[in-house]
Amino acid sequence: MKRAFPILGVVTAALLSYALYEALVVAPTEATMGDVQRIFYYHVPSAWTAFLLFLINFVASVVYLIRRNTKADIVALVTAEVGVVFCTVVLITGPIWARPVWGIWWTWDLRLTLTLVLWLIYVSYLVLRRFSSSGQTPLLAAVLAVFGALDVPLVYFSIWYFRTQHPSPVIGGGGSLDPRMGRVLLINWAAFLCFAFMVCWSRYRLEHLHREVEEMQALESMLEAKSGSAS
Amino acid sequence: MSLTRATLAKDLRLEWRSKDAINSMLFFALLVVVIFSFSFDPTAEESRQIAGGLVWVAFLFAAVVALNQTWARELRNQVLDAYRVSPAPANSLFLAKAFGNFIFVSVLEVLMTPLFIVFYNLRALGPAYQLPMVAVAGTWAIVVNGTFFAAMSLRTRSREIMLPLLLFPISIPALLAMVEATTAILTGEASAKFWIVLLVAYDVVFTVGSLWLFETVLNAE
Repeated sequence: MKRAFPILGVVTAALLSYALYEALVVAPTEATMGDVQRIFYYHVPSAWTAFLLFLINFVASVVYLIRRNTKADIVALVTAEVGVVFCTVVLITGPIWARPVWGIWWTWDLRLTLTLVLWLIYVSYLVLRRFSSSGQTPLLAAVLAVFGALDVPLVYFSIWYFRTQHPSPVIGGGGSLDPRMGRVLLINWAAFLCFAFMVCWSRYRLEHLHREVEEMQALESMLEAKSGSAS
Repeated sequence: MSLTRATLAKDLRLEWRSKDAINSMLFFALLVVVIFSFSFDPTAEESRQIAGGLVWVAFLFAAVVALNQTWARELRNQVLDAYRVSPAPANSLFLAKAFGNFIFVSVLEVLMTPLFIVFYNLRALGPAYQLPMVAVAGTWAIVVNGTFFAAMSLRTRSREIMLPLLLFPISIPALLAMVEATTAILTGEASAKFWIVLLVAYDVVFTVGSLWLFETVLNAE
């Protein structure tokens, strides 16, 4: 396992540079939007990665609620953290792309708003984890994750009714995407997934070690208190 | 059920004698109304457009004041620990607290609505009989999640700040529904039906969710 990590790092670095090359050089320039459209290869894979991580977070939270398994809790924590980072990338690259193309930075469109609300929910999830006292954190966080998941369809329908005006054309608009662009998109997504997995993995190991250290320290101080009272 | 009734009666009696929650909520909401009113100084037509948002934002913020006090008084003298070891079902305690908050916030709304009408010169152009439905469903939406998250934030540092941080993101669809429904009724331009249905769906989903998970949260150790 330990040897696998550097290998994964090298693979990720290679894949990311190859994906960058593909996105900036190989992919054809979009006819109307021009080079700005290339942000698409970062925006969309980040979004997919973030949503996937949030999904894993939800599954891990449910597993934790049922089994009370520490590993599931660490997975939930890690995927929420990395997911928020990717979601932030989406929310930053989105306006940068939207400004020259639509002429506005932001619009309360379905997908944008849903992403923003998800981001808000998961930031509050991380704040809760930060603020709650250690013993109950996993449980409270898992409960909040479940509530957040219950919220998603409601958010979806509310915004869907609120306004749906914008951009089906670019993604999933029914085969309008150039197959070469689709290929570059998938390469980028693969690279992003590798990267996300690598970060999650190292964060997982770090958190695991962190908890072991905490446990040892708690044990030590207990022993010290005991020997202190005995003497 | 009898435990629900007993706890609810106890909370109402306490509140009747101290009037802590209701007074602070009322004054807070009043401040919001006054500040918004003179910072925007809207005409009757404009205020119809924005009043739905103002009313519900004011009520949401004011409700947080009451929600924060929900469990605080049970912490003194370890009352909450007594609940935990008692064989009484956790959900009846939760329902009592949620009903209590519902009553507090409803009283607030009943008292504040005339003020809104006076300050913003409001008159509904749509079907006004739908407004109480929106108010009931919307208040329950705020209160059921608020009571639940208040119980969760009990176990965190600086819990008074924690509650809105947990409550507001989750409440976004409910808040959107309340605001849009109220605006639709006040302006009479659109139907509020979809939003009322959405609010009821929200209420059902989160009431079930809260009842399902409350015991876990209450006994979290």
